[in-house]
Amino acid sequence: MNQEIKILAIESSCDETAAAVVVNGRDVRSNVISSQIDLHTLYGGVVPEIASRKHIEKIDQVIEQALSDADMTLKDIDAIGVTYGPGLVGALLVGVAEAKAISYAAGIPLIGVHHIEGHISANYIENKELEPPFLCLVVSGGHTHLVKVTDYGKYEILGKTRDDAAGEAFDKVARAIGLGYPGGPKIEKVSHEGNPEAISFPRAKVADGVYDFSFSGLKSAVLNYLNGCKMKDIPINQADVAASFQKSVTDVLVDHAAHAIDEYHMDSFAIAGGVASNGTIRKAMEEMCRKKGVKFYHPSPILCTDNAAMIGAAAYYDYLAGKRAGLDLNAIPNLKLGE
Amino acid sequence: MKVLALDSSGLVASVALVEDDNLLGEYTINYKKTHSQTLLPMLDEVAGMVELDLNSIDVIAVSAGPGSFTGLRIGSATAKGMALALNKPIVSVPTVDALAYNLWGSSEVICPLMDARRQQTYTGLYEFQGEEFTVIEPQCVVMIQDIIEKINSLGRKVIFLGDGVVVFKEYIEENCKVPFSFAPAHQNKQRASSVAVLGMELCRQGKAQPAAEHKPDYLRASQAERERQENQKDFRIC
Repeated sequence: MNQEIKILAIESSCDETAAAVVVNGRDVRSNVISSQIDLHTLYGGVVPEIASRKHIEKIDQVIEQALSDADMTLKDIDAIGVTYGPGLVGALLVGVAEAKAISYAAGIPLIGVHHIEGHISANYIENKELEPPFLCLVVSGGHTHLVKVTDYGKYEILGKTRDDAAGEAFDKVARAIGLGYPGGPKIEKVSHEGNPEAISFPRAKVADGVYDFSFSGLKSAVLNYLNGCKMKDIPINQADVAASFQKSVTDVLVDHAAHAIDEYHMDSFAIAGGVASNGTIRKAMEEMCRKKGVKFYHPSPILCTDNAAMIGAAAYYDYLAGKRAGLDLNAIPNLKLGE
Repeated sequence: MKVLALDSSGLVASVALVEDDNLLGEYTINYKKTHSQTLLPMLDEVAGMVELDLNSIDVIAVSAGPGSFTGLRIGSATAKGMALALNKPIVSVPTVDALAYNLWGSSEVICPLMDARRQQTYTGLYEFQGEEFTVIEPQCVVMIQDIIEKINSLGRKVIFLGDGVVVFKEYIEENCKVPFSFAPAHQNKQRASSVAVLGMELCRQGKAQPAAEHKPDYLRASQAERERQENQKDFRIC
């Protein structure tokens, strides 16, 4: 295709206010992220009302910055993509109302994008050769999905978490061992000093769903272990607990992914989402894929965590498929993939 | 001056277009459907009916709080998105002031009451001295007894309005010692035309601002912030 389709993308589903300009789904011209992490660290996690308040304060600046970084104005933009779910409803609503208003006032078509579809599409940006079909494991603070991407915009969910998301387990365990928020990067860092084989935490399997995940049992096992140590007055080795916990999560993720690759005979596997920026998990996945002779894809850390470039990538393929949203587009906090 | 005004601070969703002394169009819905789905289609309807060229708008007025936190943000984000696309300023209109403006020219003290839950109300006291709109008590969040006490101490006739009236009616009837009345249906809820007219006045006072700088004025911290402040207070006592 010779024509350039320029998409302005907006993302506000959790605690990052983000906007980006993406051309033809893969060429990122700007990627602006206003993170609120310091604000939420005070509370040990994301506070929805505080996140929503920050979004409304920042959103115009972030969008204007994205346009100016891309050296464009709204006149250059062919479509606006916005995350409309899943996520925190109050946070999503800021992006959705803003995007609809811009779309309406500037006469630019609007596309509602699924947040997970965005994470998966982050892989298109740095891997120009990647095309469906492929398998993708999306792991973040809010989601753990093993997805078969059958075509652009077409997804088959093979498995998902029955309770906590992988990133949520990282946050909870980090809090329990006194590392604080955000748990993912902190556990990864301290794990380098620890022995991943020191403590044997469970690798949870879900009886009636071979690809489903469960992390609340693992979290409880860690808490029980910590309580046991306390009662018996045994000193806790923070790094060993962190490394052993991380190993348990990694093993489960790798095991599920490997199983799916075999069953569906896929030759490409990708990871996505905030937890995909965890180096230990990434290396383990890479190793597994190498052994199986499967191509392994992963976004750079900046495209793993919430961002709007990935929403722009996803919106492009929705745009080509003729998908458009109306002025009554609403935020859907529990939006399912493929709806 | 042509003003586009939005109010989604409470149960009502309202959109109005006012040019100088003319109300060109107004659309107000007092129904449970989410503002996120209704506000922009309503605006589109009004704009279509009056063949509005969006670029001819001089300023976007938005009811900027207090009110439902989410409702305020839907109004603000809609205003900010429109203003960004059209390159127009925003004028933030205090919600309670705009409610009082529904009763322009009233000789009584005007007391808007919005239900703020937890026995509290978003309220304020206003009067018109001739054509001049005067704030006696700026908009605030207080217990209902506090504002009724204040009204009793003024010793003047008062008119109540707002969605808090149904919530506090019994209390008012039992405790308000001055003559009082309640505004009728066509004046007693948020109306974007009032936001527009008061917004125009605020623009004349130089209070329009770049869209990027606009944010709602909630008059209340989030629950997490309140609890954190409480905990810190306790900590200091210990």
